[in-house]
Parts: sequence; C-alpha cells; structure tokens
Amino acid sequence: MTGKLEGKVAFITGAARGQGRSHAITLAKEGADIIAVDICKQVETVPYDTARPEDLAETVRQVEALDRRIISAEIDIRDFAALKQFVDGAVADLGRLDIVLANAGISTPADSLGMDEETWNTMIDVNLTGQWKTLRASVPHIIAGDRGGSVVITSSLAAIYANPGTAHYSAAKAGLVMLAKVLAKELAPHSIRVNTVHPTTVATDMILNEPTYKLFRPDLEHPTREDFEEAARTLNRLPIAAMEPVDISNAILYLVSDEGRYVTGTTHVVDAGGQL
Amino acid sequence: MTGRLEGKVAFITGAARGQGRSHAVRLAQEGADIIAIDLCAQIDSVSYPMSTPDDLAETVKQVEAMDRRIHAVQADVRDRAALQAAFDAGVAELGRIDIVLGNAGIAPMSLHPTPEEWQDVLDVNLTGVYHTVEVAKQALIDNGGGAIVLTSSTAGINGIGGDTPGGLGYTAAKHGVVGLMRSYANTLAKHSIRVNTVHPTGVNTPMVVNESMQEFLQQDPTMGQAMMNALPVDMLEPVDISNAILFLVSDDARYVTGVTFPVDAGFTNKR
Repeated sequence: MTGKLEGKVAFITGAARGQGRSHAITLAKEGADIIAVDICKQVETVPYDTARPEDLAETVRQVEALDRRIISAEIDIRDFAALKQFVDGAVADLGRLDIVLANAGISTPADSLGMDEETWNTMIDVNLTGQWKTLRASVPHIIAGDRGGSVVITSSLAAIYANPGTAHYSAAKAGLVMLAKVLAKELAPHSIRVNTVHPTTVATDMILNEPTYKLFRPDLEHPTREDFEEAARTLNRLPIAAMEPVDISNAILYLVSDEGRYVTGTTHVVDAGGQL
Repeated sequence: MTGRLEGKVAFITGAARGQGRSHAVRLAQEGADIIAIDLCAQIDSVSYPMSTPDDLAETVKQVEAMDRRIHAVQADVRDRAALQAAFDAGVAELGRIDIVLGNAGIAPMSLHPTPEEWQDVLDVNLTGVYHTVEVAKQALIDNGGGAIVLTSSTAGINGIGGDTPGGLGYTAAKHGVVGLMRSYANTLAKHSIRVNTVHPTGVNTPMVVNESMQEFLQQDPTMGQAMMNALPVDMLEPVDISNAILFLVSDDARYVTGVTFPVDAGFTNKR
C-alpha cells in the first residue's frame, strides 16, 4: 500500500529521541524522507541528560531500516546560521521540503520568581526563539516549492492549563500558539498550513526524571516514577498516567497528511482530557 | 490491509446524505458496520429540500457495496423513544456499539424567516444531539469504552449566522453542542469514552449548496466576506470532515478527548 506521505520531505528538530524520533519513524513509515537535527549535547540549566550523538545515530538507523533517506546533523536550534546552512544543503540534496516539525524543547522545572536569569533565558531561547529560527530557516523552502505544505509546532498542555513551577516553560509554549496563528494567516495564501499540538505528559526522557517527578509530587523528597504516575493520573480525565510518543506522532500524521488538508491555525490538543 | 475500525460498530444520525453519508462510507471503508438514522422528511421551517428515503437507500447501497453491514432506520432525533428503539434494534442486529456520531442538523436560514425556525433548529441541532448521546451512553459504557463525535460548526466558535430566528438558533445550538461535549467528556472519561466536537466551515452538501442558502448568504455582503476561508478553497468536501472524524474515533486519537476540533481552512483563526 502507498504511504500517506510518499515523495514528501520533512524537517524535524529534536529528532534524536523521544517524540522527535517517533515523528521521524512515523512519517518515514508513510513514505517521507527526513531531515533531522538535534543538539546532541548537554544543554545548560537542564537537570536531566539531553540527547547524545548515539541517540541521533539510532534515529538515522531506524529511518534507514524503513528504506527512507535521512540527512542529519548535530545542530543547536539557537544557532540560526548553522540551521540555515544545513537545511539549505539538505533540501538541495533531497529535492524539496513539504513538512516542518518544530519539536525540539527542554524542561527545567523551577520556582517562577526564584529561578535565575540563565534558566529563564535559556528556556525562552530554546523553546520559543529556537522554534522561530527553525521556521525562519525552513519555511521559505516550502514557499519556494509552490506546492503548499504543513508546519506543526509542538506546544504543550502547559500553554492552556497553568501548573506551578513552569512559568518560563508555559510562557514559551503559550508564545508558540500565537507564532503559529499569525503564521497560519500569513501563509494560508500559499496553501501552507500551521498548527500547534498540545500534549499532556508523554513518557520520554524529558518527563521521566526526578526533577519533573518533584513538580508533580512536591510532598516527597525523592519521588519515584510510581509516585509521579499516581499524581499524573489525577490530572488526566482518561484513566492513564502518561501517553506514548506515538500518540503525538499520530496526531501530527493527521495534520501533515492530506486528511488534514483544510486544517490550519488550530490548537490540536492531545491531552487525555487534561484541560477539562 | 486491515482497516482502522475493523470489528467496530458506528451509530450515525443524519446519515442519508451529505456529511452523514460520507461518514458512513468512510468508516465502512475502514471496516466498521453502521447504524444509520435519518428523518427522511421535510421540516416546515426549513426552506431547502431535506433528505428522502431514496437518499438513505443510497447510503445503504454504498455501505453494502463495501461488504459492510448497515442497519438503516427512518427516525427523528427529536423523538427520544423512536431514536432509542432504532438504536436498540441496530445494536441487536450488529452486536455492539463503539462509535457515536451526532451529525444530524438543519440550517433554517432564508430571506423569509419565520418565528418557528428558532425552536426547530434548537430541537434538532441541540436537543437531538443530546438525545443521540443519551440513547447510546449506557451501551457504550457496557462496551467498556468508545468514541463520540458531535458535529458543531465554525458557528459553534464564532458569532456568525446573522440575526434571523434560524440563524441565531443555529449559532446558539452549535455553541450549546460544545457545552454538551465538555460535560460528557468529563463524566464519561472514567469509562474510557472519549467525546469531541468537529467544527467545519462551509461544506459542499445539500444543506449549504441550495438556492435558499445562497440567497441568504448573498443578501448581506458582510456575510459573504464572513464566510471566506484563509486557505484558497471556497468549500470543503464532506470527506474532509469524515477524515477528521476517522482520526478522532480511531486508536490514533486514543488519548484525545474534550477538544473542539476545527476543520475550517483557517476560517476561525482568520477572524
């Protein structure tokens, strides 16, 4: 059977692991070739291990096992010049660009008024400005292709629903909503669609770490995954603690495929009823 | 290849034509059997021709052509007892229920408005949707889970539709459907039943593409402007809404509940 994205090319940031890797594999299964970036080193202020070169190599291996092409690079989305140079070259090699997934992001739980400036600034630089740089480096290629296209920016339930200890994260994720909506309006005449996805907790390395567990269980000194899941389950209306990366990939697949050809400017919530 | 809804049964109101028929056919393509309901008769305050028994027969023919089973009944969503009987008979024949689509609706908007439009559109587009969920709710709980999609509109998000009794009623009913959805999403989540709304912009169906509605839209130039999409497309096809619903009712969206899902070519964002 022919895939839903046969002949298309997708650019994905944060593709070394977690949701980004899942998106790369899901889109490749449907026939897309992939342009993948990830920082692949420790990001300052982040209290869990960020992706490493071997993670990105694993994404490359899994996409190639599906007989799709993938071009990858270790790039920090805060570095526009590096992003642009890489995307320009990769699009030339693969011949076109149709889809952009601005997915890279960090989580640094911190007290809203007590956090240091580096924590605040790094969050905004990566989770908000980094997404803008991602789009700035890539969307002109979709416009130039003149075939239309689809952009999905990964926001969060945190853009809609307030949780203590996430002011910088939530501000960045909420900023992405209007970035997407303004771009949706500007790019609609080019038949380029722009939407945000809003996941609740997903079982990835960004979430499965003690500092995040403590956000959910401030009552415990060293909360475990079980302690976290007990609290997370009460946030979701559906009886689950965390979603799997593929649940977000499936939502994105709908948005970027022809099935979502008239969906633009929307906030696409995948949150097990968390906002209710 | 196995369909995404193999072995499932879907209950669809307003299934004789337009979006409802498209949903029946699209879900059947993915393996679902169908319980199809439609009034197949005229409501006096509606100025365009409503569905007929021949329309419902055509839906049956198209679903059966895909080797799926369909239990079709002429019933009025305003009549709880008749709707319950039709639903129960369908479940008895097809063996289970997994999916409920509250799709039936009318748009009593014309250049010659009547006071009756208000009550008729609320009865069909809001109370009818409530009845649709109520007749199926317990069976979905007994099934151990399921998915409900209620068809709202861009008029369920924005104050559009004009100031006739029918236009105001349409917008009020479509907003009301969102309240129903959010409440059901809360109360049914513990049973693993998901509830969402879809919000289409103008779709190429007999409810929109008819002389009376086109006159109504053209009477006021701001109305025509208000109906302009952001993407360069005048009108969506029914299958575009069916594809959104397919996503929502399939396992791809197993953790999506309580959301308002626009399929509107950027209409809402543009306003």
